Amino acid sequence: MKEFVEGSHAVAQIIKACQPGVISAYPITPQTHIVEDLAQIVANGELKAQFVNVESEHSAASVVLGASATGVRVYTATSSQGLFYMQEVIFNIAGMRLPVVMTCANRAISAPINIWNDQQDSISLRDAGWFQIYAEDNQEAVDFHLIGYRLAEDKRVMLPVMVCMDGFILTHGMETVDIPEQDKVNKFLPNYNPLYKLDPAEPISMGLLADPDYYMETRFAIQETMKASLGYLSEISREFNAVFGRDYKDLLVEEYQTKDADKVIVAMGSVCGTIKEAVDEQRAKGKKVGLLRIITYRPFPYARVYEALKDVPRVAVLDKAVSLGAYAPIAVEMKAAFYGKKKGPKVISSFVGGLGGRDITLESIHEVFRRLTAKEVNSDFIDLKPELLKEDTRS
Amino acid sequence: MENSPLFKSGHTACAGCGQAIAARLVVEAAGANTIIANNTGCLEVFSAKYPETAWGVPWIHSLFENSAAVASGIEAALIYLGKKDTINVIAQGGDGGTADIGLQALSGMLERGHDILYICFDNEAYENTGIQRSGLTPYGTNTTTSPPGKQSIGNFRPKKPMPEIALAHGIPYVATASAGFPQDLTRKVKKAISIKGPKYIQVHVPCPLGWRHETNQMLTVAKLAVETGLYPLFEYENGVLANRKQIVPKPVQEYLKSQGRFKHLLDNPEEIKKIQEIADNNIKKYNLKLEA
Ligand SMILES: Cc1ncc(C[n+]2csc(CCOP(=O)(O)OP(=O)(O)O)c2C)c(N)n1
Ligand SMILES: [Mg+2]
Repeated sequence: MKEFVEGSHAVAQIIKACQPGVISAYPITPQTHIVEDLAQIVANGELKAQFVNVESEHSAASVVLGASATGVRVYTATSSQGLFYMQEVIFNIAGMRLPVVMTCANRAISAPINIWNDQQDSISLRDAGWFQIYAEDNQEAVDFHLIGYRLAEDKRVMLPVMVCMDGFILTHGMETVDIPEQDKVNKFLPNYNPLYKLDPAEPISMGLLADPDYYMETRFAIQETMKASLGYLSEISREFNAVFGRDYKDLLVEEYQTKDADKVIVAMGSVCGTIKEAVDEQRAKGKKVGLLRIITYRPFPYARVYEALKDVPRVAVLDKAVSLGAYAPIAVEMKAAFYGKKKGPKVISSFVGGLGGRDITLESIHEVFRRLTAKEVNSDFIDLKPELLKEDTRS
Repeated sequence: MENSPLFKSGHTACAGCGQAIAARLVVEAAGANTIIANNTGCLEVFSAKYPETAWGVPWIHSLFENSAAVASGIEAALIYLGKKDTINVIAQGGDGGTADIGLQALSGMLERGHDILYICFDNEAYENTGIQRSGLTPYGTNTTTSPPGKQSIGNFRPKKPMPEIALAHGIPYVATASAGFPQDLTRKVKKAISIKGPKYIQVHVPCPLGWRHETNQMLTVAKLAVETGLYPLFEYENGVLANRKQIVPKPVQEYLKSQGRFKHLLDNPEEIKKIQEIADNNIKKYNLKLEA
């Protein structure tokens, strides 16, 4: 059913349709509208779920961990400091192979405190053993949650999924979204029926101490599952398309005007909408430029990236996060994807933009294409204000 | 002791571990229809090292400080599944995991009114990491992070009043118990699980390694703590003191000299006087003295 709605509202609607039995969250901007909507949905009796109002994100994540271990589908959402406060539990959930689905409404990290969008929060948790899937628009945000449950609960997978959507830009943005109907959701997403759960009828112990004789294999197993999941994603995407008529291809990357391109920007999330516009403008002027959008950041689709860009001479990676003191996060992956390979771009330049909600405009994107020259740059910040750099910015 | 199907022997607790005995009594009192969430700590480490487990009930360990929140999720899931009325949920942890790092999660659990029994196994230090001071370490104790020295008598703060903190949440049942009084502990666990809502029981559990007493002295040491008034046993039901174990108070020296962790205090009458005052205050507050 098509509705002109706020992104958060659309996400709450799809979570309702996925029918989690336990929801737990703690308020943080810009995640709040999602969980407020869900609280109302539960209060109205439209969803038979336990909504647990906790005293912190650490406990929100722990509540959904405990509920998931008891065999119930669960949901949580957070942003920024909240995600960091959850960090311990985030790793724990993956290590225990619990199919938790959460929304990360992407927001910058303090200090300085800043409630606006970038992707530093989720990217900083890239090593946790969670899938990270980034939405470009609110239709994707909705669909990726549904796909997320299907993926997480797949018996071959049994790993948590983080659906990342840019804070404010998507969470508070109004768009027309096709919200999947309940009967179709039921067709696509079977009831959650775990192999193992906390149940006195069959007592098991979970979360045991693993000494050096056993620990490594647990990590290896997740690594192998992650790698194999690159294929499961396209499988699930096909089934999704069959039910809902929206084709996300392999769900790993989106290629936009890359085939004959001599310059391509690689990026993730809502900024890709702006990049597509910039590409269209330049194409209209005969310039061979394109966009490669990373949809799934964990597991990272190295082979797909290689295939997509092996014949492109120059690539600009636009990160909305930094790894202070090192190359930007997505740029590192791009370089890894081509290292030691026969083919690949001559130049992989890395740009950082949009931090703390700084607007990335069409002009910003044209500037990135301009700076993508034969001379490779690393972590080149765009849209900086030179007048501010003169002052002491440590305060 | 014979083997228990709910807490099997073969775990790796130290000889004379009070926590191992108390944990077994708790799960046996609660019965097979129980799910336990356990904080990180000695109990978790010695009872559940892959590929073995001592637990005959469903049991989960997540982190050091979150058993109260994990249990909240378990309880919520059971309500959703329509199974809460037949299954008990217990969250448990050590004194450090309860009174310090896990206090926030515990407070949340108590405040939200979950039908969960929280058990704090109080061995009065972070034993698992090597006997460091916690908020429940008693006044004067020698631990590895509160060592006595020229400038210190050892731990310079009294125990955090955890039972009172729990009580302040307005929960229906708060009790203290001791590994030295097994039947009393069993009775309290049974009573607690018969009450709906959040319950808090703090169990005093000697640690021969951390407290430095002979392993065969566990029960004696535990009893002395109660008999001196230093570890009063009581029950609060709906905020009212419903029960307490009355004693013919013994001088605190008897307790202090039973353990190496207080050895440095024995020739310090001033400090012993302060500790006697702590016991006397307890005796007065809870009206512990048996009239002859
Ligand atoms: C967040 C975090 N901080 C510190 C630790 C290290 N740690 C593990 S167990 C423990 C001590 C546990 O003390 P207590 O809760 O009193 O239980 P005990 O071992 O004494 O039974 C500590 C400090 C940890 N696992 N996690
Ligand atoms: Mg302890």
